[in-house]
Amino acid sequence: MNNILAIAHKELKSYFSTPIAYIVIGFFALLFGYFFYAMLIIFNQQSLQLGGLGGGGGNVDINQQLIRPLFLNASVILLFVLPLITMRTYSEEKRSGTIELLLTSPVTDVEIIVGKFLGAMALYAAMLGITLVHMVLLFAWGNPEPKVVLTGYIGLLLMGGCFISVGLLISSLTKNQIVSGMVTFAVFLLLWVINWIASFTGPTTQSVLNYLSITDHFDDFTRGILDTKHLVYYFSVMSFGLFLTARSVDTERWKG
Amino acid sequence: MIEVQHLTKRYGPVTAVDDISFTVERGEILGFLGPNGAGKTTTMRVLTGYMPPTEGKAVVAGYDVMEQPIEAKRRTGYLPETPPLYPEMTVREYLAFVAKIKGVPRGERKARVDDMMRKTHVHDMANRHCGKLSKGYRQRVGLAQALMHNPDVLILDEPTAGLDPKQIIETRQLIRGLAGDHTIILSTHILPEVSQTCQRVVIINRGKVVAVDTPDNLTSRLRGSETMYLQVDAGGTDVAAVLERVSGVTRVAATDTKQQVVGYEVDSEPGRDVRRELAAAVVSRGWGLLELRPMRMSLEEIFLHVTTEETAAPPAPVDTATERTGELVP
Repeated sequence: MNNILAIAHKELKSYFSTPIAYIVIGFFALLFGYFFYAMLIIFNQQSLQLGGLGGGGGNVDINQQLIRPLFLNASVILLFVLPLITMRTYSEEKRSGTIELLLTSPVTDVEIIVGKFLGAMALYAAMLGITLVHMVLLFAWGNPEPKVVLTGYIGLLLMGGCFISVGLLISSLTKNQIVSGMVTFAVFLLLWVINWIASFTGPTTQSVLNYLSITDHFDDFTRGILDTKHLVYYFSVMSFGLFLTARSVDTERWKG
Repeated sequence: MIEVQHLTKRYGPVTAVDDISFTVERGEILGFLGPNGAGKTTTMRVLTGYMPPTEGKAVVAGYDVMEQPIEAKRRTGYLPETPPLYPEMTVREYLAFVAKIKGVPRGERKARVDDMMRKTHVHDMANRHCGKLSKGYRQRVGLAQALMHNPDVLILDEPTAGLDPKQIIETRQLIRGLAGDHTIILSTHILPEVSQTCQRVVIINRGKVVAVDTPDNLTSRLRGSETMYLQVDAGGTDVAAVLERVSGVTRVAATDTKQQVVGYEVDSEPGRDVRRELAAAVVSRGWGLLELRPMRMSLEEIFLHVTTEETAAPPAPVDTATERTGELVP
């Protein structure tokens, strides 16, 4: 456990001693802020119109019409931002030779991988943490459902965890950060759109494709639903990603 | 302390290390000598648990590096060819991280880091980023890293590469000072380094061990005959004829002439010291004996000797390569 924390701490520190952390957090905050602002204006417009019609604003739902689309949009930003976090994790260590330090220290491969995963997760959590400011504003001037906000954040964390574990795997396959980043982005995008063709295929393929889509499982979280089905899915993807990373690191050893 | 048995490592079709075996006793410094690409780094990487061997086994400090890797790694310090530094960390941060993952207990870490920085003379750079250090400092921070958990076994891959002469001398002194408490394997392709630092040498070429011995023994073992060098001022008379008559001398050859001073190389029967007789022969005729010294085969010569002998050993390769191999054989 100490080793895992030591490595997670080192990872987190290295994100913040290079521009990566600041750029990732900065741009995420900027984009999220923009989405928040845009949706707030649209939402205001709608509620004013409905109010003007004499409905008293009772038909607008801040949870469904503001918070839900906001979380769904945030999940799209992740596709672009998370590859930036994971692309260097292994690639850079392999390129600079520091992987030799880790692999010849009395630390297991799993400890290294989990440490790196937690380091990336910590940065990701910090990134999400910034967006709490917007939520505070909503709670101060509106009456959103706390449960929806909570499950939304849980969903974002879990989905991000899946992306990060896949990103780690890809990073462990190459020495080149750019290759790692590009491939990760492509894979994320594929995992996102994989069920777009679902409705044109047979029932079996359709359910498989829908099941595979990482973002599809996120939908229920934005409605305030915490379904074990999705939790199992996310935790499976995360563990599988980390497991494959461990295999990849081990294979690399044999190849030299 | 270190036992390597029939170690083989193949990368696909390429055999980097081919069935090598050797042992290193506790407290010994073993020099690992070989041309570039001979398999030194590969062997070291197997010993440190960085990569598994294809065949054979390696036991470090009583633990098989494959069976009990964590225990073996706890007792091994490793300095790779390029010191594994994180450029964005300061020297102190880096060493503190190393102390953590090498399992130095929390309470001792700070003292240990300071201790190592003093020992390797990097304390004046403690707050400098590793990425901004000169090659010499990087190497020494790498050494501090390898020593951090006070390992029984130290494996150093070309520890003096890229250092300036003063730093080389300091590093060698440091390494010699570590022997006794630590068992050390150091690889190098710089030959004098071996004779100055190591008690025993393993010469490796093309993945095979070609010689294992002390530097002194290697020198004398490979000397076919004893050779002396003399400089005599004889005013132009024929010294060679006189020297040839000294008993035990097998060959005399004049090598250089500066005005009246002539240099000679004198071979004698192996194991016979003819220096006294040679000196007496020269002095009794009233000539001036300006220099008389034994010529030893330098490690360079030995090295070339063993490594080129090795190229002749395998069956001659087909086609054009045959000719080239032929040229190499002395």
